[in-house]
Amino acid sequence: MAKTKVRKNFHQARWDEPIIYDLSTPGLRGIIPPEADAEISAAYSGVMSKLPAEVKRKSSIDLPEVDQKHVLQHWLHLSQETMGSNISNDISEGTCTMKYNPRVNETIIADPGFAELHPDQDPDTVQGMLEIFYKFENMLKEVSGMDYVSLQPGGGNHAVYTAASIVRAYHAARGEAEQRDTVITTIFSHPCDAAAPATAGYKIVTVYPDERGVPDIEAIRAAADEHTAAIFMTNPEDIGIYNPYADQIVDIIHGVGGLCFYDQANANAFLGVARAREAGFDMCHFNVHKTFGTPHGSSGPATGALCVRDYLAKYLPVPVTQFDGQKYWLDYDRPESLGKIREYLGVASVVLKAYAWTMMMGDEGLRECAEISVINNNYMQKLMAEIPKMDEAFKGNGIVRQEQIRYSFGKLTEKTGVGSDDANRRMLDYGIPWFWSSHHPWVIPEPMTLEPCETYTKEDIEEYVEVVKAVVGEALKDPDLVKNAPYNSAIHKRKNEQNLDDPKKWALTWKVFKKKFKVD
Amino acid sequence: MTKKFAHPYIPNSQPAIKAALLKALDMKSAEDIYKEIPEHLRYRKKMNIPEPIQSEYLLLRHVEGILQKNKNAKNLVCFLGGGTWQHYVPAVCDTIMERDEFLTAYVGEAYSDHGKFQALFETGSMICDLTGMDACNTPVYDWGNAVAIASRMASRTTGRKEILIASNAGPERVSIVKNYVKPDIAVNFINYDKGTGLLDLTDLKAKLSKNTAAVYFETPSYIGVIETQAAKICKLAKAKGALSIVGVDPSSLGVFEAPGAYGADYVVGNYQPLGQHMQFGGGCGGFICTHDDKKFIAEYPSLLFGMYAVDGTEEDGELGFGEVFYERTSYASREKGKDFVGTSAALIGITAGVYMALMGPQGFKELGTGILQRVAYTKDRLAQIPGVSLPIDSVGFSDFLVSFKGKSVAEVNKALLAFGVIGGKDVSGDFPEFGQSALYSVTEVHTKEDLDKLIDALTAIMPTADAV
Repeated sequence: MAKTKVRKNFHQARWDEPIIYDLSTPGLRGIIPPEADAEISAAYSGVMSKLPAEVKRKSSIDLPEVDQKHVLQHWLHLSQETMGSNISNDISEGTCTMKYNPRVNETIIADPGFAELHPDQDPDTVQGMLEIFYKFENMLKEVSGMDYVSLQPGGGNHAVYTAASIVRAYHAARGEAEQRDTVITTIFSHPCDAAAPATAGYKIVTVYPDERGVPDIEAIRAAADEHTAAIFMTNPEDIGIYNPYADQIVDIIHGVGGLCFYDQANANAFLGVARAREAGFDMCHFNVHKTFGTPHGSSGPATGALCVRDYLAKYLPVPVTQFDGQKYWLDYDRPESLGKIREYLGVASVVLKAYAWTMMMGDEGLRECAEISVINNNYMQKLMAEIPKMDEAFKGNGIVRQEQIRYSFGKLTEKTGVGSDDANRRMLDYGIPWFWSSHHPWVIPEPMTLEPCETYTKEDIEEYVEVVKAVVGEALKDPDLVKNAPYNSAIHKRKNEQNLDDPKKWALTWKVFKKKFKVD
Repeated sequence: MTKKFAHPYIPNSQPAIKAALLKALDMKSAEDIYKEIPEHLRYRKKMNIPEPIQSEYLLLRHVEGILQKNKNAKNLVCFLGGGTWQHYVPAVCDTIMERDEFLTAYVGEAYSDHGKFQALFETGSMICDLTGMDACNTPVYDWGNAVAIASRMASRTTGRKEILIASNAGPERVSIVKNYVKPDIAVNFINYDKGTGLLDLTDLKAKLSKNTAAVYFETPSYIGVIETQAAKICKLAKAKGALSIVGVDPSSLGVFEAPGAYGADYVVGNYQPLGQHMQFGGGCGGFICTHDDKKFIAEYPSLLFGMYAVDGTEEDGELGFGEVFYERTSYASREKGKDFVGTSAALIGITAGVYMALMGPQGFKELGTGILQRVAYTKDRLAQIPGVSLPIDSVGFSDFLVSFKGKSVAEVNKALLAFGVIGGKDVSGDFPEFGQSALYSVTEVHTKEDLDKLIDALTAIMPTADAV
């Protein structure tokens, strides 16, 4: 059997890497672009003189000038000062489903049969890619139970925004756009379930949970009326508690004429287990870059797959991928469509990788992925419960948690002053990546949200718990040790962070930084 | 699982381990966890998903088999542009983009992901060197999304509710903006001159009003025209209290003036030309640059990665990076934040930084000059082919319109394919004023041989002068 190891001697790469501009020497360069053939460059050497003076570049281009080896070296150093999930025990980023991102999928997207395709090529010349889109959409129809899928949105938030746009179009078509001006959401739903409908023009009503941590169905009933355009809700919510009243909530909202959107960002534990369709929702979305095994890319590129029932399909963004039995084609003739949400068909690399991942899984593999996710999470919960002062959201409410749990350092903070951020920094010293605390507001004090999804081993889970235990032990014994961490990370504890909110001190570019801090 | 081996991606599916975990939980199966889901919400059927291919080799063969049905721009010569372009992608860009550290990182703070913060700060710094601006956000989805967000930002900054958009801007980008500014911001269009492709300033003056939050135009425009009146447009907008949003192809800024130098308030565009393969449109990532003024910074919905102190940490001389003015965002403030923020296109931005550093100022100048020369050559040769004409005959950067007489664009493109050429995008529907026209694109990847292939093919395809 594999052994559980707490990495007491861990040290992240610390290159003390200068800013790229400090590596610059005039006259150096990293690459030479191909010149035009001699015949062309000779005949058209004066092409610039045909341009009016005012369009020619006169201002200096202050880009760094660096040779190729040192450009490579610089970004390799920066990469080593970044903790991707494939190199670490990233149970940390709960709600984000940091599963293994298979290398074979990177091999696939480097194939010129994908990498060198222009999106405006005639559909006859990209039948393979249209097949991938069509077939992956069909897979998602099975997973969601919905009738149509758009892979155009560029992330989960974008899919939620697209859903909000569809809500608007739906009520406008029924002549109720002005009357229905409110969207209901819940506090443990992702912030985008409030922010994206607000961007689409809606007032937001936020419902808090009952004493067991389940959204208060009576509060939803009270909020729902003839002004309700829709409800946007996550299930399970970010605290990992499955909402058993999902279908009753749908009935309440449908009863007042609203639509129901199911945020399925946390779908990993329910593949083949529970679907939006059976709960009666009109729309749902998946974060393809989470549940379907594609990398998060330091925060994108990504895909938010929006799945809808047939009666909402007419509003989906154009084009819609179709298949006539012989040929795949793109349907732009959809007069009630929202139009475009993102350029082209979406992030094709994510779709291609997700197709390959799902083909590696099949129906049984997806169910196994779901089962192991919830078993892992409950195993972790059992071990975490043995750590002194460790608490969790709505502990002891008798509800078995699903794929993730929001833990709390609240009791530890009361005793030692060591909070979530302190523990987070100290855990880095053991090689554990920065954990996800919670979105704001912090309803649960000093939170830590963990998601040990299916690609983590028993030893990973045990290592993680041992690290939390070690840090809690340190906090009880020597709080300052934890508060002043990290010591073995790429950087030390930060100071002067208040500058980040000070217009006189913040700097979003090197040139501004040099000016504000009088750096040579 | 019925198969008696652990799935390579699911270690705890090994039967003995799974059994041990369940035993520790005093459970018989995962059903003891799923019991929280009411039975009528359960899905008990088998999903209709193809049988898995669990051998990595066979999976690769399967996917490669599908991809072989595509015709790609490496084997053929491609002349499509308009929003995704075929540029050379330096090997170092591919290397960095594939690093598992960047590839699989997510929302870690600067303590675990110091390198990610520095990389994106450097990208923002360098794109601002090119655009002549001072501040930049972490990447957004694409160029259209950048225009859309900048439009809403401008509306909030000015308190005005109308955006004027140049009617020669990219149709997909415009469609994205139209949806994104609903329901409270109106979109109206500024005419352009069909002969020169330039914006009609008389029309602009007539439409600018105290309701105008911003004017959006592109240079080069979607139809490939270098907007020689850019400075005047920014000035006219400013005179009416409106802001200007300028869309650029960043690969052109080695030869064209930085919009920041002629009065732009926002400069937006696409990172794809900077080190991304075309990827069937998946290589896009958007940027929004502004000046370092709180009235602009406070309205960004995106995360902003900033540098905040000479001594950023307890260790002398260590650079400190962090999130600037986080309270703005919907992560911090839910519906009270600015629009919404989420996963977008960070890795594309990181790679663009590598590209800009590799190229340096000299690289961008040479790139731009080489493209201008190739375009000039191609246009001159194309204009000599019977039935082929150039509706706008000014100096162009990469993209330009080509009109056909006697054959439709669809017919021409079909015939070109037989010559191993992917012809330009058919814009007859979006820009009917130019008749049967296509948007062609020429970049540094095209050798004279490639260009001559197009020219020879069109010469062969088009009817002779007598027939036209």
